[in-house]
Amino acid sequence: MKPAPFEYVAPSSAGDAVEALGRFGDEAKVLAGGQSLIPMLALRLARPSALVDINRCGDLEGLTESGGTLSVGALARQRDLERWARPRSPLFQEVLASVAHAPIRNRGTVVGNLVHADPASELPALLLCLDGEVTARRTGGERTVPADKLYLAPLTTSLEPVELATKARMTLPPDGAGWGFAEVTRRHGDFALVGCIAVLALNGGGAVSHARLSFFGVGGTPVRSAAGEALLLGREPTAGRCVEAARAAAAALSPDGDIHASAAYRKTVAATLAERVLAAAVGRCRRPA
Amino acid sequence: MKRAVRVKVNGKDYGRDVDVRSTLADFLRDDLDLTGTHVGCEHGVCGACTVLLDGAPVRSCLMLAAQADGHEVATIEGVAPSADELHPLQEAFWAKHGLQCGYCTPGIIMSACAFLEESPTPTDGEIREMLAGHLCRCTGYHFIVEAIGEAARAMAARRKA
Repeated sequence: MKPAPFEYVAPSSAGDAVEALGRFGDEAKVLAGGQSLIPMLALRLARPSALVDINRCGDLEGLTESGGTLSVGALARQRDLERWARPRSPLFQEVLASVAHAPIRNRGTVVGNLVHADPASELPALLLCLDGEVTARRTGGERTVPADKLYLAPLTTSLEPVELATKARMTLPPDGAGWGFAEVTRRHGDFALVGCIAVLALNGGGAVSHARLSFFGVGGTPVRSAAGEALLLGREPTAGRCVEAARAAAAALSPDGDIHASAAYRKTVAATLAERVLAAAVGRCRRPA
Repeated sequence: MKRAVRVKVNGKDYGRDVDVRSTLADFLRDDLDLTGTHVGCEHGVCGACTVLLDGAPVRSCLMLAAQADGHEVATIEGVAPSADELHPLQEAFWAKHGLQCGYCTPGIIMSACAFLEESPTPTDGEIREMLAGHLCRCTGYHFIVEAIGEAARAMAARRKA
């Protein structure tokens, strides 16, 4: 037995879970998939005095698509999203295949990954690219936090300890949109040293009508690149324009150096990956008739 | 803090009071004496402790025993169809030298069981991607890839027969 002692509660509804979180305050951690929390307990990097296990809250299940919006309940596993994506979204499929390994994705939840806020994780960057948001519930209230207001620092979101992330929503790319995803890792399934996701759509004239470019593994939080997107919007995405946007996007990043890679290396790789994902996205765009 | 757990393991029902800090791996090994599930890193990286939870591979070190209440678990002890018969995966690991020390093998076999259900005719690339979730310090993986490919072929031949 490796974790420090804790009290374990397993409520059977989101309401009861929120009530338990309110009772324990910042002494408790929510246990969903547990694929990040349980290692932290085993290594005693986290020593919460209580775990609120939400796995028996049936009202937190669910993965639904409606009107171009994907809604993911707090108990939907990464594997569920992968299965949803298989016939529908090669973008999601490719991103998810890089999230750890199948046995981890079988337990790990999408929402848990999003609010764990590991800056090198793929899904938070995808949330940014898809104008996503997370719904947070506390005793007596609920609010929705857009992705660009969610991430504050490594493993730190703007959610309060008494709030439970009950679902995430993402806006699926517009019809005919192209996408690109690339990351550099030492081994398949590892956290990325650097990664990049792009979603682009064109108007009838061939100019970019929708541009999203985000990075992960380049600092304390995932980053959406206003600089890169601005250089593409309203313009024809020629190869030269994509290179220019990729370089501008990478220049605006301030990655950290650590034992895995220096800051300069990350910045160089970010520029190269951005070039590649933008080229891939342009290649996959279908122009409206 | 203790909690009552009822769980079906390899088709057999068990009821125990477990410490809430116990992982499913601890529970299988220490409470049920099913020591075929090996514990390596105890933080989800090595894959040695992989078991099937309701048919899907999971790390038994990354789950509390209390969370398995009401679920079905399959471990390496339940893979062989009988005492004197091996599963095609076990046959293939033996025939192709897919193991040396054998420490990582139970986890790989459990993952591979579920993997071959979903991908009955995998490419070497798919096998390698699946194996990325399992560390083996002896074989260099080539023989493991061959063994899983061999098992897939044997199982396909059996289905045809």
